[in-house]
Formats: sequence, C-alpha cells, structure tokens
Amino acid sequence: MKKLKYALFTGCTAKQSTPEQMMSTLAVAKKLNIELVELTEASCCGASHLQDYDDFLSLVLNARNIAYAEKHGLTMVTICNTCQLNTAMTKHRLDKNPELKARVNEKLAEVGLEYKGTSNIIHFLYAIIDDFGLDKIKEMVVRPLREFNIAPFYGCHNIRPSELHDESHKQKENPYNPTSLDDLIIACGGMNVDYEEKNKCCGFHVELQAPHTAAVLTGNAIAGATDQNADMMVTPCPLCHLKLDTQTKHASEAIGREVSLPVLHMQQMVGLALGCSPAELGLKHHITDVNFI
Amino acid sequence: MSKNAISTQKVNFKVFRFNSNEDYLPYYENYTMDVTSEEVVLDILNRIKWDYDGSFSYRRSCRHGICGACAIKVNGRSTLACKESMTTMIEYFGNDITLEPLSTKRAVKDMIIDKADFWEKHAAVTPYLVADIDECPSSENLVSPHDAEELNEADLCIQCGACHYACPVVEVNSDFFGPAAFAAAYRFEADVRDSDTERLANVNEEKQGVWDCAKCFECAEVCPKEINPIEKITKLHQMTFKKGVAKNNVATRHAVGFFHSIKRHGLLDEGGLVLYSEGPSIVKHIPVALQMFRKGKIIMPWNMPKSDKLDEIKKLIKSSSTVKF
Repeated sequence: MKKLKYALFTGCTAKQSTPEQMMSTLAVAKKLNIELVELTEASCCGASHLQDYDDFLSLVLNARNIAYAEKHGLTMVTICNTCQLNTAMTKHRLDKNPELKARVNEKLAEVGLEYKGTSNIIHFLYAIIDDFGLDKIKEMVVRPLREFNIAPFYGCHNIRPSELHDESHKQKENPYNPTSLDDLIIACGGMNVDYEEKNKCCGFHVELQAPHTAAVLTGNAIAGATDQNADMMVTPCPLCHLKLDTQTKHASEAIGREVSLPVLHMQQMVGLALGCSPAELGLKHHITDVNFI
Repeated sequence: MSKNAISTQKVNFKVFRFNSNEDYLPYYENYTMDVTSEEVVLDILNRIKWDYDGSFSYRRSCRHGICGACAIKVNGRSTLACKESMTTMIEYFGNDITLEPLSTKRAVKDMIIDKADFWEKHAAVTPYLVADIDECPSSENLVSPHDAEELNEADLCIQCGACHYACPVVEVNSDFFGPAAFAAAYRFEADVRDSDTERLANVNEEKQGVWDCAKCFECAEVCPKEINPIEKITKLHQMTFKKGVAKNNVATRHAVGFFHSIKRHGLLDEGGLVLYSEGPSIVKHIPVALQMFRKGKIIMPWNMPKSDKLDEIKKLIKSSSTVKF
C-alpha cells in the first residue's frame, strides 16, 4: 500500500490541555507508518464560537487553514471533532457558494493565499478506519485489549450534521447508530459497550455559561457507560475528553451520583493495542487515573 | 425484479404504551408485522390501531407533512411519522424498531404527549409580526425577494416539536426556550417589516436564551422540514452583536474571547479565554485548574504557543473583521 500522508491540523487543545492527545497521535502515526505534515501556520478554528461573533472572519481564518493543506496538496486530517466541524463546514459553505468563496479569496489574496477547494478534510479516526483499514489494524495488534469493556463516546461534531460527515468521509455514519468507534474497539481486541449516551452531547460548549447543563450531560454519559459495565470510555474528541476526564466532580454533584471512569483518546486506545508504551501515549496526563495498564 | 418493485420484510415493533388515567408505569407491547417498502411510519401506527388494538392512541391529521401532529420517536430519533419511510428506518436501525412518543416523561396516552411546555416557549418569543401597518392600506406592503430570502426558510416550521424534544438542553434546563422557539424568533427578527424591540434581548437572556445552546446539532439532524434550527440560533447570536444588544456577560465574552485570543496568538489561549469570559468568577475554576496543572495540562502564559506566520493572521483579522463589541 502507498504510504499515507496527510496535513495535520492539530487544533489548540493538543498543544495545551490535552498534550497526551498530540503524543498519542504521533505515536500511532509512527506505528502505522502514516506521515503527518503539521500545519504550524494554522490558526484556531474558532471552536464553534467565533462564528457567533463574526461569521465572515471565521470563514476567512478557516479557509486560510485549508489553503495551507491545499498548498501541500494533501488531505487535511483533524484530531478534534469541533475542528472537523468548523473546517469541513467552511469548505461546505465555500464550495456551495461561489460568491462567498470569491469574497473570502479576496481577503486571502492580501496575504498571497487562495482557497481552491481541492483538499478534503477528514478526522483521524476515519483516516485510520477508511484509508488505513480496520483489517490491517487487527493484524497489527500485539496487545489485544481483550479483558476490557470499552464504551465508545462519539462526540457530536463528528457525527452531526450527518450531511457534513458523509460529504467529508468515505464511509457514511448513522448519527443514531454510529459504528466506526465500536468497530475500532473490536479491531483492538476490546469488547464494545452499547449504551444510550454514546452518540449524545457532553456539554463542553456551554461549560462556562451553563455549568449545570454541561455537568448533567457529562454525568449522564459516564453513568450510562458505567451502568453497562464499562471499564473505560474512549473518544475521538479532546473536548469531550476534557469534560469526561476533568469534570467528574461537578458531574457527580449535578446528577447526585458518584461517577468516574478512565477515558482514553481514540489514539491512545489504538496505541495501547499496537504496543506503544504508556509513556509514549501520555497516560500520566489524565486526571482520572488510567490505572489498568 | 425491477428496481421499483414493492418488497416486504418482517419487522419487530416494540411500542410504548401508557394511559396516564389508568397505568402506574408505562410498558412496551410487541408486534411483528410484514412491512412493505411503500409504507411510512404512520401506516404502522394506523395498522396497530386498526388491526391489533383500537385503544392505541396517537395524533395524526394531514398525512402530508404539514400539520406537524404525528411527530414521534423511532429508535430514539425524532421523526414525522407521515413523512418517514419505513425503508429508511429499517436501513438505519435494522428490523427491531422501537416506537415512542417524543417525550416519554410527558406521555398522556401512548404516542400522545402534553406539549404545553413547547407552546409556552413558542409563545414566549413573540412569534408574530410586530408592525405598524395600516389596516386598510391603499397599496400592498411588498417585501422584495432579496429580503424574503433573509428568513432562510425559518417560516417553513410546522411546530411538530421534533427538534424541541430532541434537544438535550431542553431535557436538562426547563427555562431554555429550545430550537423551535428560536427558529420562530429568528423568523420574525429577520423580517424587514418587524419592529419589535424586545424579542432579540429576550432570546439573549441567560438560562432561557440562545447562549445556553450546547451546539450538538440534534435539531438540525431531526427537523423534517430541514429548517436547520441551529443555523437560526447562530444567526440570532450574530444579530445580537450586529444590533448592539449583546450584554456584557460570561456567554458573550466567551464568543468574543476567541477573537482576542486568535488576534494575539493565532491560537486559542485556553486559560486566557476562561479569565476573559469569567472575570473574577474564575476563582471557581481553581480546584480543577490545580489538578490539571499537576498533570501537565496547563501552559503558563509565558509558554503560550503561537501560530507560525502570526502577522498574516493579524493582517487578515484587521481586514476581514465585520463586528465590534
């Protein structure tokens, strides 16, 4: 197989509050012989908030990020669900609206850039599943996660709006019955846990302005996984990870029940199965201890 | 077999049953039926009533996706029963299909719910045109096609409640107006003839307003009229700043904070954003922040990473900004 190569849009949390996500992304890419060219020029995507304030500016900044991936002639890979949403949404809107694309390009021309619409934007989860292939992952597993019940937590912005998901990725994903993360758990040798909250919202985006709502949603998700005998959760989104890993105290208070589960980034789970060391995957950076290794 | 031939398959239906006058708890009844590729979900509801149990209750009227009466949940997904084909549902969920009312906790009888909360929220956003228009005009009050486009099809809402009862925030926060009410508010805020002065401020109030939207996109996913309520919520956010009615609070500062952070670093400064948004209230985050610090999850301000080519980002922010706060 031809070596896979992508332009990596890291997003902001990978450089700050979830260093383990960056570490495990690079560790897994190395194991799978995937080449990632980091877009160090990229700006923040606006995290689904900037456009509430200034929609046009949000489009220009995201189009600039995509333009850099295009300059490399590569598909852009994201490692955060919300980066995926904002970037793919920008692409969707510009590709559908030539007049808007022209207005955005007028601005980008000021810094010598152009958004053409030639680079696709996919989440690393789907790069692994669709491009690399689950069967090959399965063959490469050296430490199957056999003894673990693992609860997938998909995160909203990878599966909704489904129209955007299906436009960006090869495999369709049913937002009411998603399977990609379940399939990856099985490929890693683990037992996938089915529970009601797996495709629900973690509350991250209203953490500051509606802390009670955010805490209840987080609490419900961990409780749902716990009640189906999960040993741990796994998520492709660092924002969901921050909620599920760092906010268990607030979540427990909000739902009136002590909840806490180790939460792995999708990359960490794959890395463990492929034989990466806990240090390579940054497991020491978790608030809720990952003490089963 | 031609592509359009009618096919039939066996489907197991698990149907929510509850009579609030008689039952202490709801229960589920199972029915197995041969379902044809021609049928919609409403046909199944009809067959349960006509062929199995005459007491089975649900709302229905137009059968054409206009009246909004027959919205229910199929395997947890809000849907308009008369519009949703069974073939799609089987494709989505397989041959075990669960039929439930939009909100099981608001069930009155089987699929029928008490929608009072939905209508209260709807009424609270002044869902009508406020305009000083002559009752006996000598000529028509024309709206140009360009102005009419501003509604972004928000006027197509049939108040079925699919989005409202799919919204996780509605479920948790009883003050929250919900996506349908916001779409209605937007429909009139975007109308050039409207002169209401309080609606926008009202839908911006904390707890009830647009700032409590968790951005999960459930509403966009389920709307049978493809109105995309979250797009209207986003437009209400933007109007708040454009029309200068944005209050200086944690929610608005949270949105504006991204602007300042990107301007300074190219990236989001997580700690800086929380400080900017919360102000002195940041103290409540200290316990978690300390935990995070100990685990290497917090970057000190002097180590804050920056985008390469930050000058380029600054230049674009200067030339492309369209809003001030």
